[in-house]
Amino acid sequence: MTTLLQQIANGLVLGATIGLIAVGYTMVYGIIQLINFAHGEVFMVGAFGGLAVWRFVLPEGMKEDWYVALPLMLVGGVVVSVTIAMLMERFAYRPLRNAPRLAPLITALGVSIALQEAVRIWFPDADRSQSFPRVFINTQVKIGPVEIPATGLLLIATAILLGLLVQLYVNKTRMGRAMRATSQDRDTARLMGVNPDRVIVLTFVIGAALAGIAGVMYGMHVQTLGVRAGFQTGIFAFTAAVLGGIGSLPGAVIGAFIIGLVERLGGQYLPGGTAYAYVWVFVVLILVLVFRPQGLFGESEKVRA
Amino acid sequence: MRNHTVKAAALVAAGALLLSACSTNKEESPGGGGDNQASCDQSKGTLVVGVIVPLSGDLEALGKGISQSAQLAVDQANTECKVPGYKLALDAQDDQRDPTIGAQAATKLASEESIVGVVGTLNSSVAQSVAPVLAQNNILQISPANTNDTLTKGEDYLNSPKRQWKTYFRTCTVDSLQGPYAANYLVGQAGKKKIAIVTNGLTYGEGLADTFTVQAEKKGAEIVTRQKVGENDTDFSGVISAIKPFNPDAVYFGGEYPQAGPLSKQLASAGINVPVMGGDGIFDKTFIELGGKEGDLATSVGAPTDELPSAKAFIDAYNKEFEEGSFGAYGAFSYDATNAIIASLAETIGDGEWSADKRDALLEAAQKYSAEGATGQISFDENGDSTNKVLTVYQVKGTDWASVETGEFEE
Repeated sequence: MTTLLQQIANGLVLGATIGLIAVGYTMVYGIIQLINFAHGEVFMVGAFGGLAVWRFVLPEGMKEDWYVALPLMLVGGVVVSVTIAMLMERFAYRPLRNAPRLAPLITALGVSIALQEAVRIWFPDADRSQSFPRVFINTQVKIGPVEIPATGLLLIATAILLGLLVQLYVNKTRMGRAMRATSQDRDTARLMGVNPDRVIVLTFVIGAALAGIAGVMYGMHVQTLGVRAGFQTGIFAFTAAVLGGIGSLPGAVIGAFIIGLVERLGGQYLPGGTAYAYVWVFVVLILVLVFRPQGLFGESEKVRA
Repeated sequence: MRNHTVKAAALVAAGALLLSACSTNKEESPGGGGDNQASCDQSKGTLVVGVIVPLSGDLEALGKGISQSAQLAVDQANTECKVPGYKLALDAQDDQRDPTIGAQAATKLASEESIVGVVGTLNSSVAQSVAPVLAQNNILQISPANTNDTLTKGEDYLNSPKRQWKTYFRTCTVDSLQGPYAANYLVGQAGKKKIAIVTNGLTYGEGLADTFTVQAEKKGAEIVTRQKVGENDTDFSGVISAIKPFNPDAVYFGGEYPQAGPLSKQLASAGINVPVMGGDGIFDKTFIELGGKEGDLATSVGAPTDELPSAKAFIDAYNKEFEEGSFGAYGAFSYDATNAIIASLAETIGDGEWSADKRDALLEAAQKYSAEGATGQISFDENGDSTNKVLTVYQVKGTDWASVETGEFEE
């Protein structure tokens, strides 16, 4: 029983990380129907941004106090990932906006590799894994029989909070309405006075900010960071977005938690053990795609005029 | 010929700089003794010793140690005229720890007639794709670091060993001795009876864990659980929670330090404060930087390099040319491997000329090779394995590894 609850807790932490990334996947897809495969790398550069603040910006005295260091690292991570995402949108995707869908998709894969290599070459020591400081309360929080690192709880809380905030923003604000309008019909939205370019950039920015925050928090949770950190987690986030129904915000977050739980519980209880944990994730994905191709919360694709 | 002395002096000065470059340019012949340089006959051209190791990525430190140690052996051969009539050069290729890239590098090296032998690889999984390419081209390969048994003796190495490639040799020992040696220490000396095993699913880690298991059980320990992590994983909470209910008193990890370090740290923060033990793949300082904790254990091939009298000359020469101590776990083995290639080459060529038809003779010479090297007596058995079977247990003490026990595996 303890093990079951413990693995559920682990699954929620993993799900929270994936969820923060999946929001970016799903929003970008919702607006311009692009699967931004480089989004996992945005997560990775965000983590490196946070690490850079820790290493090169923070004076020794401030490293002791996590409530000073962590916010600064988060800001650093977000600034880096948002900048990268904006550059990526402007120079890689915008020129291809009216190209066949396959072109931006391939471009996204290229951007992903380029970002990995850029960090590997230019970030000091990034050519190998390095340790990431745990800039937070370094304890195990006991909830009944379950122990979760404080950083894990922080990840879960952050994912839920930011997920709700983004949902509110999209549904309640003027800019959110503009986003929904652009997603429904870009040309008509333009006629109504919406500037689609601004809306699209903003979408990338929101997704990147969440990924940057996730990057710093995840780095500090696992206490290690390498340039390949974004690839695997990014693929999971993409899977989560598809599972939840790509284009749907709540779907992405819920899909992420499902994937986190399936991965951890599958590794514990299903035949094959932890070696097969990833297999179950993709088995679930395939089942959902077979029986509900639009995903759990997605709308089936409408034919556009 | 006055010009010649000036040139030689310039070469001495430039020597240190040039050692790190693996150029085949005649002007840049490595220095270190201008007089010898002048007296060596190198009129017949340049022969190349290839190196295939990771020169980027997580295992770069180990790869560099191997390629620089090989460079040292090549430079010494040049200054000491070990191969009459020829100049030797090193061509180091980066395999990025990737079997596919390793095979490409092997193909590239094999296309040159001037290639006499290859030192490498670091990873057993890469060797599996590199060795066939070199074997096909009849090119001598000596690995300083592959410890997986199947590379020399085939899948069923315990019951019916069958040599895989007549071109493949190694100077380090094998996992079927390393795993049991670790088990003897962990169960026998350290008295651990409930051991959990974690592997990363690659050739090296699985092989090591298998041989460890057999011996640990023979010694009376219980393998309480065996788990696997993905080769790119960094969050081990799933595996750790799966291990926890078994209350192991030690964890044996089949894999390398980029994962072993964080695993050790995450185990400790989850309250499983037991030593993590691994093979030569975790025996690197980076393991400690990444989270390896006091009391963690590793076995590695050979005796501790800095305690071996035979290694002293190697270490002194190495530290003069390269960053001190950067030869790593396999530098001395690489130095010995390179010297084995060079000595066999010298014997094969004699006063004659090198050509591709001499490759068979070169393999025979390597098979018969026997000499005192930096790691002890170097020779190869009928499968291409090293006859040197010495292993050492190391333990993390403070910020470095300290040797605990050196010896050969006995039942």
